[in-house]
This record gives sequence, C-alpha cells and structure tokens, in this order.
Amino acid sequence: MRKLRLLTERQPPLAGLAHRLPLNRVPLIPRLVVATVCCVAAVSASAADARAPTAASAPAAPLTHAQLIAKGEYLARAGDCIACHTNPSGKPFAGGRPMDTPFGTLFTPNISSDKETGIGNWTAAQFYRMMHEGRSYDGTLLYPAMPFAEYTKVTRADSDAIYAFLMSTTPVHQPNRPHELRFPYNQRSLLLGWRTLYFRAGQFQPDPRQSVEWNRGAYLVEGLGHCSMCHTTINALGGSQQSKAFQGGLIPMQNWYAPSLTSNAEAGLGDWSIADIVALLRTGVSSRGAVYGPMAEVVNDSLQYLSDDDVRAMAVYLKSLPGHANEVDRSPPSQYVSEQAARLAPLGKKIYDAQCAVCHAVDGRGRAPDFPPLAANPSIEMHSAVNPIRMVLNGGYPPGTHLNPQPFGMPPFAQSLSDEEIAAVVTYIRTAWGNHGTPVSDREVNELRAAPLF
Amino acid sequence: MQARLHACAACHGVHGEGTDNDYFPRLAGKPADYLFNQLVAFRDGGRSYPPMNYLLAYLPDAYLKQIAVYLSRERPPYPPPAAPSADAATLARGKQLVMQGDPALKVPACAACHGQALTGMEPAIPGLVGLHADYISAQLGAFRYGTRSTAPPNCMHDIAAHLGDRDITAVAAWLSAQNAPADPTPAAPSPLPLACGSVPH
Repeated sequence: MRKLRLLTERQPPLAGLAHRLPLNRVPLIPRLVVATVCCVAAVSASAADARAPTAASAPAAPLTHAQLIAKGEYLARAGDCIACHTNPSGKPFAGGRPMDTPFGTLFTPNISSDKETGIGNWTAAQFYRMMHEGRSYDGTLLYPAMPFAEYTKVTRADSDAIYAFLMSTTPVHQPNRPHELRFPYNQRSLLLGWRTLYFRAGQFQPDPRQSVEWNRGAYLVEGLGHCSMCHTTINALGGSQQSKAFQGGLIPMQNWYAPSLTSNAEAGLGDWSIADIVALLRTGVSSRGAVYGPMAEVVNDSLQYLSDDDVRAMAVYLKSLPGHANEVDRSPPSQYVSEQAARLAPLGKKIYDAQCAVCHAVDGRGRAPDFPPLAANPSIEMHSAVNPIRMVLNGGYPPGTHLNPQPFGMPPFAQSLSDEEIAAVVTYIRTAWGNHGTPVSDREVNELRAAPLF
Repeated sequence: MQARLHACAACHGVHGEGTDNDYFPRLAGKPADYLFNQLVAFRDGGRSYPPMNYLLAYLPDAYLKQIAVYLSRERPPYPPPAAPSADAATLARGKQLVMQGDPALKVPACAACHGQALTGMEPAIPGLVGLHADYISAQLGAFRYGTRSTAPPNCMHDIAAHLGDRDITAVAAWLSAQNAPADPTPAAPSPLPLACGSVPH
C-alpha cells in the first residue's frame, strides 16, 4: 500500500480527473503483469525458506541461485514492490508511477535490472543500504513515500534475496522521470529533519519471550508488509505517531480510512478470530468483512501470494497488539447527534429495507462471506464514516484471488441516491442493530463524491 | 452469476438491458469477445471512466470472461427508441453514413461491420441499436481523441477522425431512433472492410 507521508492536505476535487487519466491517476491500482503461474510456483517453492524470521532459526543449507531468486520473488510480494514500481499500463518494475501530492508529483523509480535506467548496476550492499537506511546507491536520501522506516527491519539475507530476484527481472530501459515537487519540498536536505524525528534504522529484533510464529508475524507486519504506513495515524509533519501505532488512520489523498488493527473489540480486531483474519488477508473476504479500496490492492498484489503459515503468523501478531480504550469514543452522544440520528434513521431504514436488505439481511447480519455483515462490523461503526459512505457511493468488488476468483460485488449508489438519502442509509447502518456509530451528514457525503476513485 | 453482478445491475440493469441514463449502455446480447475487451480495457486503462475503472481494478481475466459470456447470452427486450431529436436532413445523412458509408470521407458503412441489422457481428463487434444518441456520439468522440483505445490498428479511431461533428451527430441521431429487429442475434463473422485490432483475424 502506498501512502505519502508528506501529505496532509485533501485531494483536489475530482473535476477533470477523467481527463487527466491515466497520467495523474491516483496510485491505487497497480497492474499485475508478471505471470501468475510462475508466482504460485515460486511461493510454494520458497515459502519454507521465507518463513524463518531471523538468524534465530536453525541454520539452513545454502540456497541455489534459483532458490534465492524464488525466495526473493516471494519476499518482493510480501513487500508489494510491484504496486508502486509499476505503472498500470507499463512494464513490471519499470517505475514511472505518478504519486500526486499537494507539494507536487513523485514518480517512482525504475527498479528493473536495466543497467542504465534501472538498478542493474547496484550491488547487493547498495540495495541493502537503500532498504536499511533509506539512501540510494549514491547516498541520496529517499523520500519517505518509500517505506524504508519499515523496510529497515528486513534482514540482510532477505534483502539479498529480493536483490537477486530484481536482478533476474527483465531489464526495462525506461529513464526515471524527475519528481515535480515545488520549492521548498524539492530540497532533499529537508529530509534530514524528517529522518531525525521519525526514522530509526535497525533490523528486526526477535522477542525471545514470544513464539517463533509471533516473531515471524511481527517481522512481516512491521517490515516488508509496511502495514503501519496506512494503519497508524500520521501527524502534521507526515510522520507516524508511534504512540498510536496500528490504531488506524485516514489515508491522505486517497480518502479511505485504514481501520485499527489493535485488539480493541469495537474498533480493532479484538473479537476477530485468527481464521477470520487469515481468510480476509488471503482471500479478500471473510465471515466478518471484505477488503475494499486500497486494501483490495494489497490483497490482490501481495497477500494472496503469501503462504498460509505466513499470513497466519501475521494474524497471530496482529491479535497480540494491545487495544486502547481511547480508540472508541464512549461519551454519550450530543443532543445534535441524537437528533440527527433520529431524523435520518427512518428514511435510512426505508432505503435499507428496499435496496440493501436483499443481500445484507434485514437484521444486518449479511450472508458471509459474500455479503458482509454490517452489524458489529468495525468498518461500519468506527468513528470515521468515510468507508461506509464511500462503499455506498461507489460500491466495489473485493479482489479476484486464487482462493476467491469470482467475488461478489457491491453496487454503487452515487448515481441513484441523493446526498441526503445516502447520509440517511449510512446513518441507519451505523446506528441500527446495536452498532455504536454516529450519524453522518449530507455534506460529508457530498464531499466524498469528489474523492478519487482510480 | 446474476447475484455476483449486482454491482453491474445498478447502472446496466439486472439483465444488462441498460437504463434511462444516456451513459449506461445496454450490454445484453453484445458478442462476448467485445464485452470482454471492454472489461479488460476499463480494468487496464484503455477506456477511462473512473467508476468502471474502480470496480474492475482487481478482477482477473478468467472472471471477466465469464461475466462477458453471461451478458452476451442475455436477451431482455429492447425499450422503444427515443423520438428522433434531429431534423429530417440530419437523419437522412445519418442513415446514409450508417448503411452506405461515405467513400469521399473514407468512411465505410457502419453496417458493414456492425451487421446489416446493426445487432453486431461475432465475435467482437458490438450492436448499435438500443443505445442513446449521447452515448454514441460520446464514444465516437472518445475514439477520435484517443481516450477510448483498442488493440492496434484502432479502426474506430480512423473512422471517427474522418467524421465531422455534424456527421457524428447525424449517425448518433439516426441510430438511436431505430427499432430493434425481431432477432437481436449478432451477425455471423464475415470479412471486414478495414483491419481492426480488436477483432481476431
């Protein structure tokens, strides 16, 4: 998942977006161009090798070069390199993907094996320094759109495997496009300040008090998976707030809310089973909910390729993240909020019963896994209403994965329901059946009609 | 399959019959390869319409193929066409371009590829009846300006580039006023007057 840490402003209105495609396409949609059959083979061949989190595991026989490449391909999937470093209509790993920011546009670099325009002339040591320190081969500081604050946890051995895989990719001769950042954001010296505040280089250190599985999960979640890029709130300076790690956050520019992954029962994964989490991450659907928006891309390009053991390890680690009482606002609703809910809910119920209940059921229980439950679903009732509003506006399909190749889709309603009608039905599903969500206004709905789709 | 396609039905109808909205076209009965090509184009960027690009972004080829085949076999009735909004001379010009083409403009008859009954041609050329005038003219404009592209050679780009604005208006007006034939089946494959990349040779 891409998240631009330096961004704090809202996405400009949609006006003209269609005309600007595809160059200014908001980078939500990477294209899967590599042969999936090969990838599946590589996963099964390399999963065992990739499972070892660190040097703590038993020593293994040296890998052949082919095994090293297969392991690297698997780990590159875990890191989702292809998502940012491939243009939707371009060749794999050739970069050039535009990432719009209020400060200008970043273009991802070519990381194919081309010696002139890719990283074909890099050494494994230079590649590791990039992963570990966030510096390019010549020492240039990277913009933190590259998740080096997470990749720094990757072991040298794993970095070398990814390097070997990238060196094995088809060289694509495509010069990097210079970033188009405005002054002063084009001054890389500013990054020194950012790094002082938010970056600590350091490989993952296993916790000997925890299981091998937990440590493997922690390594993947905190390192290659770079989950906190989206699931931890960023502050005004574009740094992750470690005091709120994994408590969720709005993804700037994309206007989707990445929910809490902690064990808070209402906001996070507290009452999700390990099996539910594994199903969601590997297949895109589960008995508790489905992935959509940016997370659909993560499952599509990355998580569906990981082994059951690895995804299970990630789930075990996530389940161990402590919840925080302050993740949920338990104060009684204000009079205004109560009045809004009372005013909108009857219209919302009418719309729900007529248009939503056929799939999600009158009692909001849905028909899992294809029609997700809306009752007791953190995605629906969490304090940010962005996701349910956008799902009603735009609908969506979970990704078609190896394990769920024909997903069911949610219809869009932007074209058939007014702002007030959508506010009413979202208010209804956020407050019915014991849900603890707050009402939404037609203004919130109207603003999200302009959110970038693609 | 119908239950998997609720997301499509919201705009294109439960059976792909289209809706009153000018820009939500009929899909039912169009040849499967045509529909598949469009689904892939929306997914991969050959056609730009963010709501469609968004919905299809992570759906694999095999699934898109199944969706295309399913919709190609649907046969919902056609709604009656809208009353023509253009004058008689414009409609006559539209009929001429559709049925005979205009050699001076190097424009073949639409019917030469889209079938004499304008119900399309197997395996990959769409029917033109049952579409709204604004949709047809918008597509010709998109072909002309390259925002709707196909596998090369992009024959529709060449045709649209040869048509003036008035001709596009005329073609759209006449086509949108036609009643659907009793048999909506697309025509059998036959040689085309020009090479089109989206049609297998």
